Amino acid sequence: MTDVDVAALAKLARLEVSKEELATLEKEIPSILAFVETIQKAAGESEHEGDGLRNVMRADENPHESGVYTETLLSAAPEREGDRIAVKQVISRRKS
Amino acid sequence: MNLESLTIAEARRALDSKEYSALELTNAYLDAIAKKDGDIHAYLEVWEKEARTEAKAADEAIARNDIQPLTGIPLAMKDNILIEGRTASAASKILENYRASYDATVTTKLKAQKVVFLGRTNMDEFAMGSSTETSAYGVTKNPHDTRRVPGGSSGGSAAAVSGTMALAALGSDTGGSIRQPASLTGIVGMKPTYGAVSRFGLMALASSLDQIGPLTKTVEDARIVFEAIRGHDPKDSTSLPDVTANDTKSRTLGVPWAFLAEGSEPDVLQRFETTLQHLKDKGYKIRDVLLPNLAFSLAVYYIIQPAEASTNLARYDGIRYGLSVRADSIGEVYSKTRALGFGREVRRRILIGTFVLSSGYADAYYRKARAVRELIRTDFEREFESVDAVVMPTTPSPAFTFGAKSDPLAMYAEDIFATPANLAGVPAISVPSGTVMRDGVALPVGFQIIAPHGREETLFAIGEDAESKS
Repeated sequence: MTDVDVAALAKLARLEVSKEELATLEKEIPSILAFVETIQKAAGESEHEGDGLRNVMRADENPHESGVYTETLLSAAPEREGDRIAVKQVISRRKS
Repeated sequence: MNLESLTIAEARRALDSKEYSALELTNAYLDAIAKKDGDIHAYLEVWEKEARTEAKAADEAIARNDIQPLTGIPLAMKDNILIEGRTASAASKILENYRASYDATVTTKLKAQKVVFLGRTNMDEFAMGSSTETSAYGVTKNPHDTRRVPGGSSGGSAAAVSGTMALAALGSDTGGSIRQPASLTGIVGMKPTYGAVSRFGLMALASSLDQIGPLTKTVEDARIVFEAIRGHDPKDSTSLPDVTANDTKSRTLGVPWAFLAEGSEPDVLQRFETTLQHLKDKGYKIRDVLLPNLAFSLAVYYIIQPAEASTNLARYDGIRYGLSVRADSIGEVYSKTRALGFGREVRRRILIGTFVLSSGYADAYYRKARAVRELIRTDFEREFESVDAVVMPTTPSPAFTFGAKSDPLAMYAEDIFATPANLAGVPAISVPSGTVMRDGVALPVGFQIIAPHGREETLFAIGEDAESKS
């Protein structure tokens, strides 16, 4: 069975997981992976990306008037400062 | 009016001939909800006041003969489809107090027809589940047997229609989330062709699979709702140009017998064969089809879906909207908000999705799954050269009791017959196919029809033939 470091995954997924849940997930996730691994028996080549699907982007044109949605969207934010969403400092200054 | 037997088509006739008003119809449904929903819990919120206002507006439109197919029809909305200014939570704590900032395209289309929105319906959290047990707001019960689940993830929508607490409902179907609950509650549920209905304003679960569709009492009603919500939308880049393919009238159905033999309960298979025989009597030809890669559908689905879900749900981070847990650093704001806001099943799938996409594993899991998905799609393409539709049971078994599928893999197995249509992007419908007995209760099961891309008319034509037996 595939060895899975669930604690590391949780960190990557920005998800705090309790010790108790970690223990459960360490059993559940490998058993789910053991099931999905059955696809290895299919004839498909893993090197091929080709599933006929591609990302489609909207044309970058006809922008709406600036500011018309600002208040609506900001009013949903947990914290704001004026017309900005307020967040905790992302990059901290090195302390000397 | 008799709500038990009422359909959209019949309500349309009665409203237009002024037998009763849209307000009277709406009040009848609000009364039914007040009477029954304490027991069933199909709704997370009922919009009584707004519904009456909308009904009055519909009555005014009807009075001036400004009538569209859904004018004054009381509908329920799944809790992951946005209506501006109203709460939409996807049955999650992370969006408990979220009010939609805009209308979904389907909402805009329904508002233009002057429908009545009765309320928002319960669901599995972020549509992850097949029983509505993962909702953060309690379970919904199956109106046929309240010891049993209504299916999911659109379980509230299904229970609302099945329990005559809405004339119709919208749901979303990523891996069976409309068809499976429709099957388990004895109604019609339809997943349109991928791209036929805009997903703008639907909370994304797995973007290469999600579709919005109707849950109704009859195939005719499903067609009416589908016609109202379909259409190209520049706001959903995956939506298809408007095309209408007429039904071809040739009638050959393919049955993947080898695939069905796996895991179907004998009496469910028997019900399927009875409906099949009924179609044969109506002149349909039945052929055995192979679809050899269908056996991998469930495994492929449970790689692609969590992978896409883990990226889609990255947006719930406590910064822009929804729940936000205060913490000392931004990293902790993310991880604590997500820990408190997401339920167990959602957390599990985010972690699985993160794993199958992670460097070193993506080739063996995610990319391999995409390759096998292509094999499933070509399986269908090949068979659709010789059959008009592929048919199979919607689910391998009828509604199960609460807690019966606590093992995630047992729950995932519910979707075995539903996921192939999502993976191939083709349209599919579930129609009632009689009942099977469990613990002395007759429980409904569904007959699933899968048609080629854009062939919704074929689904409706065969669906009407399949449902007309009773």
